[in-house]
Amino acid sequence: MTVWTWLALAGAVALALVAAAEVRRHAAARAAGRRFLRHPTASLGVFILAFFVTLALAAPLVAPYDPTRQLDPVHLQNQPPSLRFLLGTDVYSRDVWSRLVYGARLSLGIGTIAMLVAVTVGAGVGAVAGYFSHWLDAVLMRGVDVGLAVPRIFVLLMAVALWERLPLGALVLLIGFTGWFVTSRLVRAEVLSLREREFVAAARAVGAGPTRVIFRHVLPNAAAPIIVSAALGIGNVILLEAGLSFLGIGVPSPLPSWGSMIHDGWQWIVAAPWTSGFPGLAIAFVVMALNAVGDGLRDALDPRKEGT
Amino acid sequence: MTAWLVRRLAAAIAIVFAVVTITFVLIHLAPGTPFGADEQHQQDPEVIARLVRQFGLDQPLPVQYVLYLRNLLHGELGQSFSQHRPVADAIADTIPPTLTLAGAALVVDFGLGLALGVYQAVRARRFGDVVLGNVALFFHSLPTFWLGLVLLLVFGQWLHVFPVGGMRDPVLCPSVTSARCFGDVLWHLALPALTLGLVGAAGTARYQRAAMLEVVGQDYVRTARAKGLRERRVLLVHALRNALLSFITLIGLAFPFLLTGAVLVETVFAWPGMGRLSVGAIFQRDYPLVTGAALVASGVVVLGSVLADVLYAVADPRIRASGGST
Amino acid sequence: MTEPLLHVRDLKTYFVTEHGGGTARAVDGVSFDVYPGETLGLVGESGCGKTVTSLSILRLIPEPPGHIRPGSFIEFEGRNLLTSAPTALRAIRGNRIAMTFQEPMTSLNPVFTVGDQIAEAAIVHQRLSRRAARARAVEMLTLVGIPDPQERVDHYPHQMSGGMRQRVMIAMALICRPQLLIADEPTTALDVTIQAQILELLDRLQRELGMAVMLITHDLGVVAGSADRVVVMYAGQVVEQAPTRELFARPLHPYTEGLLASVPRLDTRVSQVRGRLHSIPGQVPAATAWPAGCRFHPRCPYAWDRCATEEPPPLDTPGSEPGTHTVRCWLLTEPQRRERRA
Repeated sequence: MTVWTWLALAGAVALALVAAAEVRRHAAARAAGRRFLRHPTASLGVFILAFFVTLALAAPLVAPYDPTRQLDPVHLQNQPPSLRFLLGTDVYSRDVWSRLVYGARLSLGIGTIAMLVAVTVGAGVGAVAGYFSHWLDAVLMRGVDVGLAVPRIFVLLMAVALWERLPLGALVLLIGFTGWFVTSRLVRAEVLSLREREFVAAARAVGAGPTRVIFRHVLPNAAAPIIVSAALGIGNVILLEAGLSFLGIGVPSPLPSWGSMIHDGWQWIVAAPWTSGFPGLAIAFVVMALNAVGDGLRDALDPRKEGT
Repeated sequence: MTAWLVRRLAAAIAIVFAVVTITFVLIHLAPGTPFGADEQHQQDPEVIARLVRQFGLDQPLPVQYVLYLRNLLHGELGQSFSQHRPVADAIADTIPPTLTLAGAALVVDFGLGLALGVYQAVRARRFGDVVLGNVALFFHSLPTFWLGLVLLLVFGQWLHVFPVGGMRDPVLCPSVTSARCFGDVLWHLALPALTLGLVGAAGTARYQRAAMLEVVGQDYVRTARAKGLRERRVLLVHALRNALLSFITLIGLAFPFLLTGAVLVETVFAWPGMGRLSVGAIFQRDYPLVTGAALVASGVVVLGSVLADVLYAVADPRIRASGGST
Repeated sequence: MTEPLLHVRDLKTYFVTEHGGGTARAVDGVSFDVYPGETLGLVGESGCGKTVTSLSILRLIPEPPGHIRPGSFIEFEGRNLLTSAPTALRAIRGNRIAMTFQEPMTSLNPVFTVGDQIAEAAIVHQRLSRRAARARAVEMLTLVGIPDPQERVDHYPHQMSGGMRQRVMIAMALICRPQLLIADEPTTALDVTIQAQILELLDRLQRELGMAVMLITHDLGVVAGSADRVVVMYAGQVVEQAPTRELFARPLHPYTEGLLASVPRLDTRVSQVRGRLHSIPGQVPAATAWPAGCRFHPRCPYAWDRCATEEPPPLDTPGSEPGTHTVRCWLLTEPQRRERRA
């Protein structure tokens, strides 16, 4: 670590604190926000997420070394954490801290993209199934049952086995396409109850077609389960991607996703536990933050609590 | 009740059927000849001939589909490239270890999770609840394989309490022939089961705490107190019995979790189960084995959900008495 | 005069609301007595504190948000309920004092048979064996008028109608022959015809078992038919209490007057009421912000400046024995003000 990267790190922490404080201030102005703030872990989660997002965005500033650069394969292998190498070096003499920071980009990025795919498809399917509610609903929900029957990881294992080498982009999309089932059920339930409300009848009376009614009227009111699904969904994807990368079939080396870092350090777990240890901790903290925020959002957006 | 059961089973069969069909489509969409009868993978010509005959690889697609289904019904999943034997045999060998691991993990998961969830609900919002809640949140967010590595390092390597991998001592106990060898397996089982069980228990505890809290706020709990019952009876008999109903739905959800966890944990601990088999098969591009494992896994998940539905219907008098689910 | 069975003095139960809502003073200085064998009606609109009062007697108020203030006094059969140890309190609940609740569907446990739920109190308090308790449960079902009790005893709550469930609750409450039954809105969730049946049942059981009944309701009609004395509550306080006949014949508190006047009467000529039903203007205030002085004064047609500043204590009515008809109203000290608005 150099002086500049220390400063940048301090700046990132400060920025995250400020961002979290701003979020808290804005939340306190609304009743839903106040319900969110009742969970201290949710606020902490906001800070942790802000911190890692800042790290990811400011990676070039915070990381003293290039994440794929092997600094000195002979002398700097598997070095324990020190002032020079904040989290030590791995077996290829790469700086673990730099890899972790750039890895945040990968893991958070993959998490977000796959989650967006999953939530979009899930909300779409759920809204259509809930709104139209005849044979289309039955077919879609049976499809969901089928989708839930195969454990997600086995679908991905099959895909990798069948298609020899799957490009990373395709893998991310596939992760997204295997994760929308639960969301669709939640959205469908919400839409089913919203469908009977007056504003839907009013919109239809004015002549709005189904697409317009769904997108402009129903879905915005069904936002609660969608938002909560999104927060929890990113966490699930991060864990899944980490697992696949750990097995060697996810993000390929030398790219530093947190899962592939654990994979790289696995063989050296005894000699250099920090190489696998820190990426795992990073995953744990980010997923924990996402879960805490998801819980807080679920409580905040619960329509039964309106007025508390 | 029977009518409902028949309908539920029919639905389950339909789902399995759909999964099988989709798998068939996927196999044929992917590059490479299905079931390994091609030049890429070295196979005995006799074996290739058998496969062509069995799966109708020279026949039109619909015929292949029918043959595929028929073969599945006979338990014939194709030939494994890497193991040079039928996929079904290879998988069958790994089912007992995976079952053992999943069973032990389930015991830890539900036992610990239920106890913690109930305890947290009873002491809701007090110190014990807050601390345990955050601990559970942390464990729930851990990558299972990473926890396995940590436990392996600490308890296997540093403290020498448990072995660092495998299912049994290969020299002294190649198979379970005595009580001592049974104990040997248990000793090897401890860390992997604990890994999977702890992460599962964290999720179960969170779920069960919420279920229990919801029940404790109900009017009938107040009625029980108004009758002069001890608080312990109110919670453990009146409240818990209702909270257990939602607990049963967790059983259905446990199967996918355990199977997924098995893949990762078996790899970390070199446990000779279906998960580790599948992962190994991928690197050999042995897709018949991987797809076979995926089908078996799906079957288990569907079975688990039927089991959970049946248990729920039996346990909830509202459903039992009215003769079936709504 | 005989000793009261239940003696409530200055009961105050407050609730802490979340996030700066302030303290809700749901019950704010309530005093009344229940005598052995009588039926006391506790009347008031929703939000006046009558349910909280009844829950406070058995200390069933959830302790974190709610608490019974020191200075409150509740005595039952000579024993102070507020200082009793938990074991002593449990021995009284379901045994000497029993309670039934408003919503029989949610107040009965859905996963246990009605027989088990009825028998439970007998097993716990009277140490009966399961078989003996089950037999008693069947007896109780007969007593409350449920047909085919031998069969019904193994049924689940969801298999019964609303009226039957309320009878089951009553059976559950009475199995240990309590001295006092607190019935919280026993008829509100039921059809009108079933209401009458339940009230008749309570009447009959009260005479047969010789117990006192505290009947909590918002329905004056229920009280008129069943209660010996009535306590009227408003805004967490008792505003009037009197024997039933006297209350209906000569209501003295303006709130009671308003309540009685609001009941549509079949024998009034349309011209008399000028085509509109009477209602008390305004709304019940929030429990976190009771008005100063007399709590009813913002809605009272007779109010004058004293009412806005001084809270009236319960005053005895002239012409009645002390304590039989008390009214919390300054009109008793200046009765001439009543004439002006009549």
